[in-house]
Amino acid sequence: MGTRIDGIKLRHVYKIFGSEPAAYVERVKAGMTKTELLAHNHVLGLRDISMDIPGGAIQVVMGLSGSGKSTLIRHINRLIEPTAGEVLVDDVAVVKMTPTELREFRRTRTAMVFQKFGLLPHWTVLDNTMFGLKVRGTAPAERRDTAMRWIERVGLKGFEEKYPNQLSGGMQQRVGLARALANDAPILLMDEAFSALDPLIRVDMQTVLLDLQTEIRKTIVFITHDLDEALRLGDHIAILRDGALVQKGTAQDIVMTPADDYVASFVKEVNRGRVILVESVMTAIGAGLVASDSLPRVAAKDPIELASKVMSDAGAGQAVACCEAGRPVGMVTMRDVINTMTTPAAYPSIARLAAAEPIADVA
Amino acid sequence: MEWFTTFPTMDNERLTALKKAIDEGFRNFTRAYGESFEIAFEPLKIFMIWVERLMTTTPWPIILVGILAIAWLASRSLKIVVGAALALFAIGYFGMWDDTMKTIAMIVVATLTALVIGIPLGVVMSFSKRMRSVVMPILDVMQTMPSFVYLIPVVMLLGIGKVPGLIAVVIYALPPVIRLTDLGIRLVDRDVIEAADAYGSSRWQRLANVQLPLALPTIMAGVNQTIMMALSMVVVASMIGVQGLGQPVLKAIANQYFTLGVFNGFAIVGIAIIFDRVSQEFGRRLQKHREIVHGH
Repeated sequence: MGTRIDGIKLRHVYKIFGSEPAAYVERVKAGMTKTELLAHNHVLGLRDISMDIPGGAIQVVMGLSGSGKSTLIRHINRLIEPTAGEVLVDDVAVVKMTPTELREFRRTRTAMVFQKFGLLPHWTVLDNTMFGLKVRGTAPAERRDTAMRWIERVGLKGFEEKYPNQLSGGMQQRVGLARALANDAPILLMDEAFSALDPLIRVDMQTVLLDLQTEIRKTIVFITHDLDEALRLGDHIAILRDGALVQKGTAQDIVMTPADDYVASFVKEVNRGRVILVESVMTAIGAGLVASDSLPRVAAKDPIELASKVMSDAGAGQAVACCEAGRPVGMVTMRDVINTMTTPAAYPSIARLAAAEPIADVA
Repeated sequence: MEWFTTFPTMDNERLTALKKAIDEGFRNFTRAYGESFEIAFEPLKIFMIWVERLMTTTPWPIILVGILAIAWLASRSLKIVVGAALALFAIGYFGMWDDTMKTIAMIVVATLTALVIGIPLGVVMSFSKRMRSVVMPILDVMQTMPSFVYLIPVVMLLGIGKVPGLIAVVIYALPPVIRLTDLGIRLVDRDVIEAADAYGSSRWQRLANVQLPLALPTIMAGVNQTIMMALSMVVVASMIGVQGLGQPVLKAIANQYFTLGVFNGFAIVGIAIIFDRVSQEFGRRLQKHREIVHGH
């Protein structure tokens, strides 16, 4: 098990909730809006979702509540059937699977972590962690060994015999994570997995996940409504609004070039210094640009916040972005960094001050 | 204007003919199939007789210790065990031991029969809306129809004795366990069921791992109700030949023996309380994991 997958593809997926969804799908394709559809007592869940989720990376899908993100993730393991469209995992159509094939797919290819944990309250932590393996029919001894390994890995050693009710929310979700990882499925679906946790615990769990991912390299689809979480975890981010995809890209793409006002309003409050990398503000080394050994050095993949710290500590106005095959790749200046880190629109006082009367000499 | 003051009825002759025809039909049915029904219920009869013999021929100290041991294992409550001991001693001392044993045998067999039929039926009901729409009205009839009314066809079909009495008790006691099994399964948290589905559970795995265990408190409430209702049928069932505490009560009604009625009445109350407390405490103990909550 644990075989890699090449990726997940969604092709023109539509989901309409209601008594006769099929009757409305053509009209939605022809441009009927969510509000118009609602007048017919049907709810538009997803509209024409096409995306490629690459294998071995974390794909974040974010949006506000009601944007269809939880509906979207449930299409991947077909907890929800699409009204139209295709879901392909390694080019196998999930929608066309028979019930038996689907069960087998869910048992061996996917694992899921839920916002409300979804643990069995009458089972201990150990039993809960073994759940997927039990369903799959793994031998009891192997089940136990695997489960114990993951319980330890998520930091719950010593809690094996506790019931979920005896644990805090953060610990319960560690059980949820251990249960998913014990399954060793190549696809990990996380539906607002950390949203119910306190902010500090949430950051803690994000760290746990990122640490684990460096070693397990699973294809993770992570749903969240929290932009900071999305930017921190996502190798790739997709933004949903009213059931439609509004933007796909890396964290930097989203922050630096928001596709529309909706996305822009999301990223307005983001700490850009931590998201934007040196490589996107540096000037590439070329003719006329010579790196000096006396300048401080930063990595091209460092966030610019770090670069500003390095430069100000060194008292330098610029730094060398280092290094590819031992050669510097670019130069970054304090001026560029600060300009990129601040969003001028957020500070109207800048314009006001600039327009003010000339400053009188101070005696 | 006569139709306005008197309800227009079917004319007498035709009404009588109709009743006669139905009676005749049913009588023919009992003649044709009475024996097959008796044969079909033979295993139940053998089981019933076996349990009754076990309860009445085993020396009383063994039975007493057995009942108290079961009460202890199920409830782990000293208070309940002591209470049960006192009640049973009083029952024995006032000369009602044998009748009480017969009644307990009857209740045990009736309850087991009701559970064997009721729990699977409740499960099927929770899965299928159509099934529910068929079974629900039948349960309504079973619960509201005066029990004397369905004693008639049962007696016509099977005569007087243990088995018809048992059937009457089961019909009366069956609805709560069916209803509460159905309800319990439908009330199981959607999120946990979704998790079970997401990990590829088959329908059976979902039922066994998630739905039945999580519905258990509700199902246990149904079991408790079923036991109580079976006990309340003891007197009525004695009218068609069921032995036990019901018969002295019946005799007391007919002859106005006040004390006989009260003694046997209290004996029924006594075992009802024992059954009730033990089964409730057992249900609570099954839910232990709910009680120890984080932060309390």
